[in-house]
Amino acid sequence: MDRRESLKNILIGTIAGATVAGAATSCESPAEVQEQKVEGKEEYYGRTPKEIEHDKKVMAEVFLVEHELETIAVLCDIILPATATAGSATDAGVPEFIEFIVKDLPNNQLPIRGGLMWLDGESNLRFNKLFKAATPEEQIQIVDDIAYPDPDNKKPEMAYGIKFFNLMRNLTMTGYYTTRMGIDDLGYKGNVPNVWNGVPAEVLAEHEVDYEPEWIAKCVDITKAGTKAEWDEKGNLIT
Amino acid sequence: MQIIENSQEYDAIIVGSGAGGGMATHMLANAGLKVAVVEAGPYFDPKDEETRTQLKWPWESPRRGASTNRAFGDYDMSWGDWKVDGEPYTHEEGTKFMWWRSRMLGGRTNHWGRISLRFGPTDFKHKDVDGLGDNWPISYDDVKPYYDKLDKLVGVFGSNEGLPNDPDGFFLPPPKPRLHELYYIKAARKAGVRVIPSRLSILTKKLNDDRGVCFYCSQCGRSCTQYADFSASSVFVIPAKNSGRIDLFTNCMVKSVMTDSEGRATGVSYINKNDRREYQLKGRTVVLGASACSSARILMNSKSSQHPNGLGNSSDVVGRYLHDSTGGGRAAFVPQLMNRKTYNEDGVGGMHVYSPWWLDNKKLDFPRGYHIEIWGGMGMPSYGFGFNHTEFNKYIGGDIGGYGDKLREDAKRFYGAVIGLSGRGEAIARYDNRCTIDPNVVDQWGIPVLKFDYKWSDYERLQARHMQKTFEEVFDAMGAHVLGDTPGKDQDYGLLAPGQIIHEVGTTRMGDNAKTSVTNKYSQLHDCDNVFVVDAGVFTSQADKNCTWTIMALSMRTSEYIIDQMKKQNI
Repeated sequence: MDRRESLKNILIGTIAGATVAGAATSCESPAEVQEQKVEGKEEYYGRTPKEIEHDKKVMAEVFLVEHELETIAVLCDIILPATATAGSATDAGVPEFIEFIVKDLPNNQLPIRGGLMWLDGESNLRFNKLFKAATPEEQIQIVDDIAYPDPDNKKPEMAYGIKFFNLMRNLTMTGYYTTRMGIDDLGYKGNVPNVWNGVPAEVLAEHEVDYEPEWIAKCVDITKAGTKAEWDEKGNLIT
Repeated sequence: MQIIENSQEYDAIIVGSGAGGGMATHMLANAGLKVAVVEAGPYFDPKDEETRTQLKWPWESPRRGASTNRAFGDYDMSWGDWKVDGEPYTHEEGTKFMWWRSRMLGGRTNHWGRISLRFGPTDFKHKDVDGLGDNWPISYDDVKPYYDKLDKLVGVFGSNEGLPNDPDGFFLPPPKPRLHELYYIKAARKAGVRVIPSRLSILTKKLNDDRGVCFYCSQCGRSCTQYADFSASSVFVIPAKNSGRIDLFTNCMVKSVMTDSEGRATGVSYINKNDRREYQLKGRTVVLGASACSSARILMNSKSSQHPNGLGNSSDVVGRYLHDSTGGGRAAFVPQLMNRKTYNEDGVGGMHVYSPWWLDNKKLDFPRGYHIEIWGGMGMPSYGFGFNHTEFNKYIGGDIGGYGDKLREDAKRFYGAVIGLSGRGEAIARYDNRCTIDPNVVDQWGIPVLKFDYKWSDYERLQARHMQKTFEEVFDAMGAHVLGDTPGKDQDYGLLAPGQIIHEVGTTRMGDNAKTSVTNKYSQLHDCDNVFVVDAGVFTSQADKNCTWTIMALSMRTSEYIIDQMKKQNI
């Protein structure tokens, strides 16, 4: 089974009892490796051979275990739940991103693992159950205590949780807004061939700025962008 | 192991395929010379679909463009950065220098910001103004014809402004400013800072039939599949290779320049990285364009009985006068730019407007100057997007932190509401700032490595302090909230580490006096008349400009000189 597929299954709970480590080990048959190679080709993003090797190595590693990933999924969806027009963090694959990035940037490993453990400890203390098993109301009770910074350190026992939640929020935000779903929600319109012809007029008006005639006279006339450039001897563009 | 000799004798062996080597390749090959180009990295063509990163989406990278593998992120088009596997460099204790290398055809020209600034008349003769450093042996008038030809050959957008030390040229028209740049223009003028259109080597208008026109994806740092930005690979080396005018040796790392019993160069010795064996190429001339520090390294590693201190180093000046641009930066949150209406404002790669140095040093406590680069806008999210952004709420009376709907609103509210300013300035070239050969360390190719010894002086620190003061004045005039505290003396006023701006120059500087310089005014070694340096090593001083445009102008000039000298049978 493909590791990515197995992660998805864990997160949607279709493989009861299968551990992440077990699932990954079962993937190491030659046929599966071959399959991954083909998949890698489809997702090629301009890697050097050394980088391809690095990616494969990181993908094959296992760090977060099933319980941790499930707890991360719950937290991510509290951080970015679905809206009427956009899916939730788990819809956007944020737990899979976090699963990868803690291996790729290992300095996140201890804060994530320790933070998740702290969260379960806090939930045990309050409700006598793990965080993921708590009711949404119970979960929010804890989250409300750690989702905001505490500059005066009024709740010193929450300091660890606050730090952890901040990291989770950062990774969830990046994980979400770097997907098609997040980018559409944000409204980023670029990364396509186009022509830049200045700020739209209504935006200029809204911001009370304007293009000065003497400045704009220097700028490119897009209707002539395809005409070969020629200059007079003084450097004035004449085409 | 036996060294393998190639029987072909070249008219010129060019070492390195970046700005300097690429230009020399273009010039010498077009003149009909038999040319070999030796590049330490693999072949690279920005058009190649397999290595393309242009127009990729963040999710196509599993790390969403984080900088795990490439210092400037997954999509930056540089194979190699501050570190290259198996090719270390060392430091004199207590000093720092960050050395950027790109191991690929076209070198760093695939990755740079395409900022292309002519040096002005003062830049070549600055000692006459303030008594510091040295004058170049040439003047602006010597280089101007080459800058002019370069503008038309390679293409650069900009505007003729009639400024005395930021000379006019043959510019393509610049793009219109984007919204954050309109904010900058207004605020900078209020703070007394001049603003003009940027000057970048990106084709906003058709230049010739070989290259495309910019399609405004802002990704020049990924190198352009349309060849609409300049890189030495796409514009010079690949066309020369395709027309059969050069022999190209990639993945071949030059170790030394070989010399004969009279001390004249006979060719180069290199390691083929594919089979780890040493080879030799014979040539009538050797043209070093390996980058300032790499060329200095090759020269210092080319010891012989005629050149016991390394080739061209009888003066002991090779490796000395190393200097990088000064750098400092600051960012600010602009409340008026909150809740923006979104539209495609990618624009060209980098800035559409900038501020050339605008002040008179007589009234200041530091020499030379700096220019200001501007960034901002609604760019494509990548790794790091949304990190700690709820903190902007402190400027507008909202709650920091949070989750859910509030967090989504924050993401949209603050998107595109940050503007950054970067200062890039001139450091004074100093005898003691240098790289030497480390007597104890070789790289994986068995070649002795460079050891850096570099310290900033108060000249640079005070310049950085002034940058910070200026940034804050501009941001105040904008009604923006400057992020972070003003860096103090203990932080060198925010001055970045030497080498970090990737504008290192000066290691084989030119001059009329063979005792105090390495090359003559044609970039020809004083000690060996058939060896030339066409990278930034020959710079006598850096100016407050980026060095690439001047590297290319000088390489063009040197190439013409080589052709002329060959015709006259002087070399």
